[in-house]
Amino acid sequence: MAQVKKAIDKFGLPRIIILVFFFVLIITAGVLNMNVPALLGDVIRRWGMYGILVLAMVPGIQCGIGPNFGVTIGISGGLLGALISIELRDKGFFENFSHNATLDAFMGIFVALLLALIFASVFGILYGMLLNRVKGSEMTVSTYVGFSVVALFNILWLVLPFRSKTSIWPLAGDGLRNTISLEADYKEVFNNFLGFKIGGIYIPTGLLLIFFLACFCVWLFLRSRNGIMMSAAGANPVYAKAAGINVDKMRILGTTLSTALGGIGIVMYAQSFGFLQLYNATQMMGFSCVASVLIGGASINRASIINVLIGTFLFQGILAVALPVANMLLPEGQLSEILRIIISNGIILYALSKSKGGTR
Amino acid sequence: MNTKKKLNVRSLLRDNNVTILFIVLCIGAYFASGTTLNFLLPELFTRIGRNTFMVLSLLIPVVAGLGLNFGIVIGAASAQIAIFLVLLMGVKGLPGLLLCVVICTPLAIFFGYLIGRLFNSMKGTEMIGGLVAGYFSDGLYQLLFLFVLGGIIPIANKTLMISTGVGVKNTMKLGDKAGLKYALDNIPMINILDVLFWGGLVASALILLYRLLKKQPLGIGRILKFFVPVAAVYALSFIPVVGRFLGTNRLLLLNAIELGALVAVIVSVIKIIKMKAIDKKAGLPKKEIMGIVIAALAYGATYIPPLFSAFSVVKLPVMTYVCIAGLVIFTSWFLNTKLGQEMRTVGQNRAVANSAGINVDRVRIIAMIMSTVLASYGQLISLQNIGTVATYGSHQQVGLYAIAALLVGGASVQQANAKQAVLGVVLFHTLFILSPVAGKQLLGNAMIGEYFRVFVAYGVIALSLAMHAWSKLMKGKEAAAKAEAAEAKS
Amino acid sequence: MEDKYVLQMENISKKYGETAVLKNVSLNVKPGEIYALIGENGAGKSTLMNILFGMSVIHSTGGYDGKVTIDGQEVNFTSPNDAMKAGIGMVHQEFMLIPGFTVTENIKVGRELTKPGLASKVFGKSLERLDWEKMEGEAQEALDAIGMDIDRHVKVAGLPVGYMQFVEIAREIDKKNIKLLVFDEPTAVLTESEAQRLLSVMKLIAAKGIAIIFITHRLDEIMEVADTMTILRDGEWVETKAIKDTDVVEIAQLMVGRKIEKLVDDDEKPEGLESAPVAVEIRDFRVDMPGEKVKGVDLDIRQGEIFGIGGLAGQGKIGIPNGIMGLFPATGTVTIFGSQINFGKLGDALHKEVAFVSEDRRGVGLLLDESIEDNIVFNTMTVKKEFLKNYAFMKLKDGRRVRSHAQEMINLFDIRCTGSLQKVGSLSGGNQQKVCLAGALTLNPKLLIVSEPTRGIDIGAKKLIMEHLVKLRKEQGLTIIMVSSELVELRSICDRIAIISDGRLSKILSPDAPDADFGLAMSAVRTEGGA
Repeated sequence: MAQVKKAIDKFGLPRIIILVFFFVLIITAGVLNMNVPALLGDVIRRWGMYGILVLAMVPGIQCGIGPNFGVTIGISGGLLGALISIELRDKGFFENFSHNATLDAFMGIFVALLLALIFASVFGILYGMLLNRVKGSEMTVSTYVGFSVVALFNILWLVLPFRSKTSIWPLAGDGLRNTISLEADYKEVFNNFLGFKIGGIYIPTGLLLIFFLACFCVWLFLRSRNGIMMSAAGANPVYAKAAGINVDKMRILGTTLSTALGGIGIVMYAQSFGFLQLYNATQMMGFSCVASVLIGGASINRASIINVLIGTFLFQGILAVALPVANMLLPEGQLSEILRIIISNGIILYALSKSKGGTR
Repeated sequence: MNTKKKLNVRSLLRDNNVTILFIVLCIGAYFASGTTLNFLLPELFTRIGRNTFMVLSLLIPVVAGLGLNFGIVIGAASAQIAIFLVLLMGVKGLPGLLLCVVICTPLAIFFGYLIGRLFNSMKGTEMIGGLVAGYFSDGLYQLLFLFVLGGIIPIANKTLMISTGVGVKNTMKLGDKAGLKYALDNIPMINILDVLFWGGLVASALILLYRLLKKQPLGIGRILKFFVPVAAVYALSFIPVVGRFLGTNRLLLLNAIELGALVAVIVSVIKIIKMKAIDKKAGLPKKEIMGIVIAALAYGATYIPPLFSAFSVVKLPVMTYVCIAGLVIFTSWFLNTKLGQEMRTVGQNRAVANSAGINVDRVRIIAMIMSTVLASYGQLISLQNIGTVATYGSHQQVGLYAIAALLVGGASVQQANAKQAVLGVVLFHTLFILSPVAGKQLLGNAMIGEYFRVFVAYGVIALSLAMHAWSKLMKGKEAAAKAEAAEAKS
Repeated sequence: MEDKYVLQMENISKKYGETAVLKNVSLNVKPGEIYALIGENGAGKSTLMNILFGMSVIHSTGGYDGKVTIDGQEVNFTSPNDAMKAGIGMVHQEFMLIPGFTVTENIKVGRELTKPGLASKVFGKSLERLDWEKMEGEAQEALDAIGMDIDRHVKVAGLPVGYMQFVEIAREIDKKNIKLLVFDEPTAVLTESEAQRLLSVMKLIAAKGIAIIFITHRLDEIMEVADTMTILRDGEWVETKAIKDTDVVEIAQLMVGRKIEKLVDDDEKPEGLESAPVAVEIRDFRVDMPGEKVKGVDLDIRQGEIFGIGGLAGQGKIGIPNGIMGLFPATGTVTIFGSQINFGKLGDALHKEVAFVSEDRRGVGLLLDESIEDNIVFNTMTVKKEFLKNYAFMKLKDGRRVRSHAQEMINLFDIRCTGSLQKVGSLSGGNQQKVCLAGALTLNPKLLIVSEPTRGIDIGAKKLIMEHLVKLRKEQGLTIIMVSSELVELRSICDRIAIISDGRLSKILSPDAPDADFGLAMSAVRTEGGA
């Protein structure tokens, strides 16, 4: 009995609850005669869709800034890149490729990814420098810096001189739309790349490949000399200092990586979703990412790729399955959204209370 | 001497940079918007009445070292639960509002206790914890209002519930039939006076009786000091003109300034007479003379035409402002009690407090309970003035705006007082009112102004949190340098 | 007879797990007496005081044996609060003051005076108003009682460091029932004149009939103010004497004591050490390490030497290696095999082939959540770029070589573990220390600095580590600096031992020098020829 209790303690009660809940939902869906394979397909799609955003948490946590609530900064940079890509298409930048629709779409998303990477990295360096000045309070500061940056970008979306018809409101003059369709650009290019159906479950091969590739790159980085030095700086700054490592530089490295992954992540998210969402849509995304990696078993000091894979799958799995199941049981919508709020914030609270149980 | 003064000016500027920036922004926005005081002031005083109580509820946790209490959202949510229940019962007017208070107090105490417990398990990360706890409870709140009410607990009330019977409507109206709108604002001054007079009479009698029984000194002087002015005004109210004036529930800002100036002059004169005639103190009564001069200036200002016209359109809901003043007095009184001093000690240094025999965890929980309860009252005051409750939205941004306002007034994570709260509310809401208008005027787009004020709210909090964290980091280094300097001296 | 003592501690014994830290220690303190408690670090002074104050660390580890009586009544405090109520106070080495409060508020903290009001009658005592007038008055009285002329309205943050101590004392004196005050190293942070003032205040307090337990390592201070002294060594009572019947030399000798057993047989000292070239030259070395400040040290360490650095805790011996490694700001020059260390460059000493085993094993020495093998190769991988494989543009960890090297080290040091992938956090202290040493040796250094290598580890591991150090010197001619609080250990393997006191070099002694010399050198009693 004591051993069982210890095992539960180690795995974490909330994680067990979430796991059980997920299976209950799947079984309920089966009992209700719903299309379970389609549901699972949706789970897999969302897994790849959110994966890179959640992956962005790993370098942040490992380098010592904690869960990066401010990943929205990278997301904003990514959106900027994606918008410029649309604008370039409008200006005829990709005309040379227009004979092949697939190639054309790929060019679009690659330019978007590249620009996202550049913007997000620059933001990440500045953001990392800021976080070095607020050691010990990174979480609170990064949350509010993230919120302010979203608010600042809200203003920018209104005033930046984008002209593309897809981006701005039809009655020109009031800035960018709330949601911008990527139909004409690169909607689902990766999802459809080598995609196939197996047992009724659609596998978005390209999307998953990119997700796994990103995971592999981060995994490799964490095993490299720089990665090892960065993890040590996060785990024990004094130890790192004794080993001659510049802790501040490592933190900037980790923060920049995290922010850059955020930028890339939102472009991948958008291509799978089919829309770019501007304004306040991204405000709470940082919380979802933090929650996902925590559900996967990370703490606010340590995280690994496995945490990302498991956490994203479980969290998105629950949300994807819960909505249709809830709709069968209760006619009201919104339950899925409420569930997201409760689960994500609940798990963050749990992790916070576990990490610093002061007695004094 | 001269250099020292210069230094003071510089440090004054540095310590109040956020406030000064805001004053500049407000003045800029006022001129950019091209609006008039007649538009700004009524709007502003309405917002002061709505929001100040909530901002004041943040003070106690700051003093107790819990930082900015992002958890007041939970207090606001409990107020809304209470309002829903009262609407359901159909109790109207002031009794309805009082019933709200009766219902939301235990709820807020319970939630405050839970937050306090939670914060005790995450010392040092209370602020992010409070924020997340706010979101978490919002999820539970939505679950309650969208599914539990009507879904699990059957409620047969067509006006409150969605047509399907499951879930509460998006807005709850407090006006019209519900009769809760202005329940507090509309209390006539004469009633306040009645309560003060009779309540004071009964309380004084009880105190005297108690002291008589316990054979303690009676201290009639102090009781009279409070009671005589109240009785005097009460007597005045029997003069028909005064009675009619007091019978209203709104006070013109103009009249408020005139009355304030009058009272200030009377009090100052009485004090001067007491000093000179009874205590026979030498020297000039500087403070009192200053008071008279300021009162005269304020009165004089009402004769400036644009101010006169603006002051004559602002109507203050008296009872609401009395509540705010009451909370200011309560807070300053409370911080001078033993428990208040314990909170200050805990806020300064938990280790010292612990070794001085103070139960640190308990004090922190009490601080959270007080803050949550006060926040729930603040939300009641705000909602009865607005007149509608956005069931799923009214509470959400409460923490953000209250905290931003407090910080704008010059408060920080570690120190805050009522003055800063009031100043902050005035500045923050001035900008809040003006920025969409200014945005429209300058850039032809009201949305820019709206996003700008949101940006400002978040930005102020981010800035102040970052500066706090930075100074905390620097303080560690400074202490080392100081020790070094002391060492070198020896 | 009994009640002639204010405090009696009889036959006190205390065990932490299997290790006995106090064995049958007794104290008898009379009212108005200044009672000095003397002993090296780890002699049991602080454990004894923890028992007196009922600290939770005692009760959570199984309590103690023996009897504590106060004014003839047996007591068993379970919290510092109980001790406070019984009239026992403590003046801490680090100030327990609130900088943002005034002197009055600090003196009255937790014991504020109040007057009842309407609210307090309804809601209880904690809502009584503070009675500032009365508080100011009593605070002033307390300040007057110790002859301090401090403005009671001033915030403590604005006071000079030396005054803060007196605010603490005033706070203790202000407790009306105070009978016994414990001063724990009170002069450590004070200047000479402030310390002098403190001593006279202590006499003043004692003259009022309050007993004082005075814990200090400064023997001259003890000679000046104390009436009686008790010496502890290794948790055992050694001697209790009236000060007038003893002298500094005797106290010093008793404190260090003769310990015959040698931990390691190391009879054969290498030949010609005196003429060997200088390996490490330290000049006017100052390190700003909080609590272990180094204030100007000159040392020459010869090639192939095992050089010991000893001294009491807080005197600065720990600061020396930490300064060399660049962990705290340092000035002066340190030259290692002819090349000078640049303190401004992080990790410069590592690049100059110095390896360091930190005294703070869990804090500085190890990554507790990482595996044994990662800990062993970490420094070598980051500093010397070994154990890496090149893949395109990335340098990745070479898992196979790391594994085999770690296995070698595990065998060499006999590290008890489930395998090289076990997390070091779950190892015992001794095995963790072996991992630290293995990591340092993997760097293949020319100079090895080990700081407190035997702290908190069992006797077997202790012996193995010491033997290994001797072997390294013998077989590889490695130069070793060993910093330790354990004189026995230093004396069993070192060639020369430098004693650091008050941040400066007190004396360099041969391991065979008499006990009294070590005692005097550590206690900063300035004898002729001292630094």
